[in-house]
Amino acid sequence: MSVLEIVRFAIRGLFTNRLRTFLTVLGITIGVASVIILLAVGNGSSKAIQASLDRLGTNSLQVRSGGGGFGPRARASVSSQKPLTILDAAALMDKSQAPDILQVAPIASTNGTCVVGANTSSPSTFYGTWPAYYKASNTSIQSGSYFTNDDVTQSRRVALIGQTTATALFGTTSPIGQTMRCSGIEFTVIGLTTVKGASGFQDGDSLVLIPITTMENTITGNQPLSSIIVEATNSKTTDAAQTELTAILDARHGISGRKTADFSVFNQASLLTTASTSSQTFTTLLGMVAAISLLVGGIGITNIMLVTVIERTREIGIRKAIGAPKGAILSQFLIEATILSVLGGALGVVVGFVGSHFTIAGTKPVIVPASVFLAFGVSILIGVFFGGYPASRAASLRPIEALRYE
Amino acid sequence: MAEAVEAVDSVDSVVDKLPVIDVRDAVKRYGVGDASIFALNGVSLSIEAGEYVAIMGPSGSGKSTLMNILGALDNMTSGEYFLDGIEISSMDEIHLSIVRGRKIGFIFQSFNLIPRTTAIANVELPMAYQGVKAKERRARAMVALDVVGLGDRINHEPTELSGGQQQRVAVARALVTRPALLLADEPTGALDSKSTGDLLDLFDQINAAGRTVVVITHELDVAHRAKRIIRMRDGKIVSDELNKQRVA
Repeated sequence: MSVLEIVRFAIRGLFTNRLRTFLTVLGITIGVASVIILLAVGNGSSKAIQASLDRLGTNSLQVRSGGGGFGPRARASVSSQKPLTILDAAALMDKSQAPDILQVAPIASTNGTCVVGANTSSPSTFYGTWPAYYKASNTSIQSGSYFTNDDVTQSRRVALIGQTTATALFGTTSPIGQTMRCSGIEFTVIGLTTVKGASGFQDGDSLVLIPITTMENTITGNQPLSSIIVEATNSKTTDAAQTELTAILDARHGISGRKTADFSVFNQASLLTTASTSSQTFTTLLGMVAAISLLVGGIGITNIMLVTVIERTREIGIRKAIGAPKGAILSQFLIEATILSVLGGALGVVVGFVGSHFTIAGTKPVIVPASVFLAFGVSILIGVFFGGYPASRAASLRPIEALRYE
Repeated sequence: MAEAVEAVDSVDSVVDKLPVIDVRDAVKRYGVGDASIFALNGVSLSIEAGEYVAIMGPSGSGKSTLMNILGALDNMTSGEYFLDGIEISSMDEIHLSIVRGRKIGFIFQSFNLIPRTTAIANVELPMAYQGVKAKERRARAMVALDVVGLGDRINHEPTELSGGQQQRVAVARALVTRPALLLADEPTGALDSKSTGDLLDLFDQINAAGRTVVVITHELDVAHRAKRIIRMRDGKIVSDELNKQRVA
C-alpha cells in the first residue's frame, strides 16, 4: 500500500469528520495564536517603556532644591537652605571640575495664563531656560525656530509653545510670528514644538518656553530656579557627572560633614533600571500566562486526539478485520494528526500575526520570533504524539478486541 | 434439535479434497486458575474447499469464539489451525493481516461498514490494503456490487442504505478479494425475513460458484440452507452432519 494511498485515506478521514476536524484545528489555532499575541503584547509594552525612557534622555540628571527625602530632618534644614541659582548652573559648566558634564540648562518656572484676544490658556509647563534645554529634555520644534543664546543674553520677549497651547490660543492658524500675552507680558511666538504626547497625567504639549532672562526680568524677578537639567557626555558617564555636580554644589552651598544637602539629584539612568526591571517582570508574567494557555491548548489537543482515536477504535477493528496492516492504520492516524496540527498551527501563526497588528490594551504588540517557533513546534509535537500514541495502541489490539470496543 | 435435520450422513465418507480449514484440538480459555472459563474446549474441525457449513449452538456454546479464530481475528490458547494449508496459529501480526486480507472474507451480524463512507469505497477498502491499483479496484468493486444487486447504489453511505442493502455491501466487500473462505457470523441476525431470504440466495450462488462458505447461526431455516451442519455446546462439537435435503 503506497504512501499516497495512506495520505488519501487520512484526508478522507478528516473530510468525513468535518466538525471534529474543524474543532481540533480551531483549538490548536487559538492556543498558538494566544501564545504569539500575549508574548507580542508583553514584548511591545517593554519596547514602549524603553522608547519612552529613550525619549526622556538617559544621559540627563535633574537637580532640584531641597534635600532628598521627606520628614523632620529634611524640614529642619529649610532655614539654612540655599536656593539653586543661575550661578550654580554656570558653575556646573566648568569643564575642569566637571569633565563629564556636556551641558547644563537651568529651569525657572512659573504659573501664568496666556491670552490671545478672547482665547486663554494656562500652560501646565511654563519654563524659562536657555538653549541647552532642547537637547537635555529632547525638545525639538516642528515649525518656526528655536530661541538662541543671543535671545537669552538680550532678554528678548520670544516664546516656543506646544501644540495644545497653540490650539487653545490660535486655533488652526499658524502661531508662528503671532503675539500672545502671558502674565501680562507680550511675547512673539517663534516656534512650535514637536508633539510629545502625555506622560502620566501631564500633557507634554501644554507648554510655553521663554528665555530664562526674560522670565526673571519681566515675570518672576530673582526667584530661585526650580531645577537644573544636567546632561552627561554619554550614558556611561552619568554616574561620574552626578559625583562631579554634587561636589561642585556641595562646595557652593557649604555642605560638608553632617550637614544635610539642600539639593537633590535625580538620575534618569537609575529610573531606567527600575523601569526596565518592572517591564521584565511584566513580560515574564505574560510569558507565564502564555505558557499556561499553551498548556491548556495542548491538553485540549490531547483530549480531542484521544477521543478521536477511542471513538474510532471500532473502525480500526473493521479495517484490521479486512486485512489492514498495523503500519497502514498507524500511518493514517499519524498523518491525520499531523495535518490537523500543522493546519491549526499555521492558522494560529497567521491569526497571531494579524492580531499583533492591532493595538491591544494601549500597547502596540511586537512579535517575538522565538514564540512563533515555540508555539508552532509544541502544538505539532503534542498533536502528533497524542494522536499517534493512542492510535498505535488501538492498532496493536487484536481485531476482535477493537471490534468489541464500544 | 437433531430431528429437525432430516437427512443425516457421516461426514468422513464424503471428504476427499484438500481441507480449507483444519483445526486441531483448539482451546480458548478466558481468565486463569479456578475462575477460568473454556470458550473452546478441544475443538477439531476440517472443512473442504467448496463446502457450505452452518455452525449452530446456543449462546455461550463457543460458536462465535470459533468463528473469530477461524477468521484470524482472535488467537487461541492452544491448538493448531491450518488455513488453506498455512499454519495460522503461530503466525505474527504482519502475516496475519495479509491472511485476513487475501484468504478470508468476513461478514458480521452488525455489517461493520466504515461509517460515512460510500458503498464503493467500503468495497474497495480491502483491495486498497493489498495494494491493488485504483482503476482495477474500482472495476472489481463495481462488479462485486453488481453481483449483490447494488450496482445502482454505489455512492450511498451506510446510513442511506437499508439493513439488507448494508449486509449486501458487506458481502461484496468480503468477496471482492476472492478469498478462499467466506465466514459469516450471524449474518441474518439484524435482517427482516425478505432480506434474509435474499442474502441466503446470495450465499447459495456464492457456494455454487465454488467458494467455501461457513455460517454461524442459531436460526434453523438459515442452517438448513447449508450442506453440512455442525452443532456446538459448552465449547465442544456435539454433532457434525450432512444436510441430506441439500446434498444429493
